[in-house]
Amino acid sequence: MQHVDGNALAGPLAEFFSFDLTTAIARCSGCGAVGELARTMVYRSGAGTVVRCSECDQVLATLVETADRAWIGLSGISAIEVPRG
Amino acid sequence: MSDAATGTTAPAPAPSAALLAVPRSGWHVATVASTRRETPNASRIELEVDGWPGNAAGQHLDVRLTAPDGYTATRSYSIASSGAGTRVTIAVDKLPDGEVSPYLVDEVRAGDMLEVHGPLGAFFVWAPDAADAAAAGEARPVQLIAGGSGVVPLYAMAEAHGAAHDLTSFRLLYSVRSPDDVYFADELRRLAEASAALQLDLVYTRRSPAGWPTPPARITREVLEAAVIPAAERPRVFVCGSTGFVERVADWLVELGHDARSIRTERYGGT
Ligand SMILES: Cc1cc2nc3c(=O)[nH]c(=O)nc-3n(C[C@H](O)[C@H](O)[C@H](O)COP(=O)(O)OP(=O)(O)OC[C@H]3O[C@@H](n4cnc5c(N)ncnc54)[C@H](O)[C@@H]3O)c2cc1C
Ligand SMILES: [Zn+2]
Repeated sequence: MQHVDGNALAGPLAEFFSFDLTTAIARCSGCGAVGELARTMVYRSGAGTVVRCSECDQVLATLVETADRAWIGLSGISAIEVPRG
Repeated sequence: MSDAATGTTAPAPAPSAALLAVPRSGWHVATVASTRRETPNASRIELEVDGWPGNAAGQHLDVRLTAPDGYTATRSYSIASSGAGTRVTIAVDKLPDGEVSPYLVDEVRAGDMLEVHGPLGAFFVWAPDAADAAAAGEARPVQLIAGGSGVVPLYAMAEAHGAAHDLTSFRLLYSVRSPDDVYFADELRRLAEASAALQLDLVYTRRSPAGWPTPPARITREVLEAAVIPAAERPRVFVCGSTGFVERVADWLVELGHDARSIRTERYGGT
């Protein structure tokens, strides 16, 4: 499947978070890699969005949306560092 | 997020250059102000966006189309313009079997309305706030590398750089099929002529202009090495285009000694 960068998460995540989460730094619980969410690999399909670690390919997060709710899974992220202005 | 929520939860603008303060995103109704052919396969669409808060160079927006039966399709498009104001320019390449791009390229007319979400993304952006550092000789040079429509956000950066009379050294390496396929051709030429701090390098993959020194060919590692700011000068690099193009270029850059942390990418999809 074709993929894009975590940059493309900016729109979907802005529906749920009040700041741009793509510059937040996440740690992969699989390989320990740390990097901005913008640097992850994003796979999108009709079923939803899968975010994978660009180092080890582990699933970091999933996003499934319907008209009245969204499910955000963060199973592969052990920590998120958010810059404060 | 609702507009009501944005007023109270907005974080204070980031003071440091690293934490670029970008305007808050939201859904907006855009009216198409004008459309024109950008290349034989692409259109430039100028939008008047009610309530648009301005945007940084390199950001994108999401366009949502809704069919009469309620079916929606959302796609991301880089913004070719930057700064304050409610006029926003995008440029769209037509994928023949695409769901959204043929509509945007061939059907959309001035006066049509579109739903847009933006401005989006604070990572793939450049701002002329490093002007002081440039004057002090501390700014790192910037290398832009585009394939096809991937030039859109990089054009926005080059334009912002020119408009700010920024002294940071900029170089744009732009891979296109033929001379007809150059996006923002006149604007880029004028920017490069107007500023000694911007160098433009074109690579033609299918057909070169008459008298061009090299036959048309895809970018190779050797071409990349010859046309980008050397790793030793520690450039900040922005790469944008189809996913395959971006990945080939980014891998070569790392092989050529560029620090992966200094390379920012925007994959458009495709192969
Ligand atoms: C952050 C971001 C910014 C973008 N900015 C721009 C922009 O400024 N200008 C622009 O023209 N596009 C841009 N794109 C791509 C754009 O979002 C759409 O993917 C593109 O217009 C195709 O949409 P579609 O509905 O026509 O095709 P779809 O119906 O989604 O796909 C049709 C076919 O084309 C393939 N495909 C999908 N995307 C591409 C691609 N990029 N290249 C080649 N094949 C592809 C699909 O796999 C499928 O087989 C951007 C993408 C991202 C993630
Ligand atoms: Zn990992």
